[in-house]
Amino acid sequence: MSLDWIVRIVSEYWPMFLRGAGVTLLISIIGTLFGSLIGLVIGVIRTVPMPGRGLKRILLKVVNGVLASYIEFFRGTPMIVQAMVIFYGTAMAFGIHMERLPAAIFIVSINTGAYMAEIVRGGIISVDKGQFEAAQAIGMNHLQTMLNVVLPQAIRNILPATGNEFVINIKDTSVLNVISVTELYFQTKSVAGNNFRYFEAFFVACIIYFIMTFTVTRILRYFERKLDGPESYTLNQMQVATPEDMLRLTQQG
Amino acid sequence: MDTIIEIQHLSKSFGANEVLKDINFSVQKGEVVCIIGSSGSGKSTLLRCINLLERPSGGQIIYKGENILDDKHDVYKYRQKLGMVFQQFNLFNNHNVLSNCMVGQIKLLKRSKAEAEEVALQYLRVVGMEQFIHAKPRQLSGGQKQRVAIARALSMNPDVMLFDEPTSALDPEMVGEVLKVMKQLAESGLTMLVVTHEMGFAKEVADRVVFMDQGVIAEEGPPEQIFNHPLQERTREFLKRVLNA
Repeated sequence: MSLDWIVRIVSEYWPMFLRGAGVTLLISIIGTLFGSLIGLVIGVIRTVPMPGRGLKRILLKVVNGVLASYIEFFRGTPMIVQAMVIFYGTAMAFGIHMERLPAAIFIVSINTGAYMAEIVRGGIISVDKGQFEAAQAIGMNHLQTMLNVVLPQAIRNILPATGNEFVINIKDTSVLNVISVTELYFQTKSVAGNNFRYFEAFFVACIIYFIMTFTVTRILRYFERKLDGPESYTLNQMQVATPEDMLRLTQQG
Repeated sequence: MDTIIEIQHLSKSFGANEVLKDINFSVQKGEVVCIIGSSGSGKSTLLRCINLLERPSGGQIIYKGENILDDKHDVYKYRQKLGMVFQQFNLFNNHNVLSNCMVGQIKLLKRSKAEAEEVALQYLRVVGMEQFIHAKPRQLSGGQKQRVAIARALSMNPDVMLFDEPTSALDPEMVGEVLKVMKQLAESGLTMLVVTHEMGFAKEVADRVVFMDQGVIAEEGPPEQIFNHPLQERTREFLKRVLNA
């Protein structure tokens, strides 16, 4: 009977599932974080206004070309294949035997980076042109404009898409079992193999994956709402008129 | 009087479309210059060329004796010296009112947080927005946003203030509050270059009025001359169109 087996598998193998889920979360959290950082840096570089002439123009074109090929390549090939190529490729080409966990994080990071680069670029473009102009008019250069004005707004706009990437990463780390990373799918496969109970073991994995993705989605939604703040100023206006503020204003006046 | 900005033979084309042709004029310290003219006459483009939001196609812009169109001139330092007020306000949406007026001072002028706050509060009081320092831009009305935008520009202690149709995007009842602030600034001796459709403001506040038509300066002179005895036929026609509308 399946239900008995599910209970048995959970009660007997819960530490393995938990460790697997932990590794899955670790890889996807760090991978998404690094991927987002890569995406932010590339997004900022790819939106640098093209200089009219000179060496800088050529340099920027080369850099943009390299970045564009990176994005196209990693978006255009499956992560499962990238994992094999990178893991066994580095061993063959450079004689470097990467540790499995760092290798996994590396693969997820650069893969996510390729997607995030385009998401960030979209987020930057979607910020009103007047924001760029106002920042430039006050005397900011491209980097200052990005850091102080544009990126904070772009990041808010791309938060849903970033959450999406995170959820995709939680699920897609399962392909890393091909390089024997002990994430949730790999662990489940061992449990299932040990008992010849495939449905029951993977049913448990299924529930765990869903709990992880669902929780992440909820947490991100909460952050979005928190970032947006209240629509009207009535409440804050009363805060402005606290005695401390009035005192401060009169002292400076 | 000291010349702050002198423009020589300035031209600007967008593709085959020549928007500015051989513009020559200068702004003296403490002067209020209003630029008037119909839509498409190039007055906004001229203002945007002055702070290099548009790169001029030809000519020179001399600021304190230096041609700022020179490749080696620091564009960013130059822009810090020009305060710009936009038609669409363009307050930084991710900053509140106070921090809109502080971010440039801290990041660019390297002022301390306390000093920046003091300067910001000083100018927010000038524009009457000191009660709203914690508000986000989207919580403000158009007129309030524009007054904060003016305070933001003033907080950088610019040599010149550039106004690009500051009241054109406002509801009629809010135009007054912004014009009042601008008038007050003009009386305080601030150097101002104002592109405007508000003829009453130009007439009353300007030291000099520049009338632009089809990419050239058609006529310039004291408001008395431009509004009461224009020398050019096209100035007369423009004013007749605007004032009788």
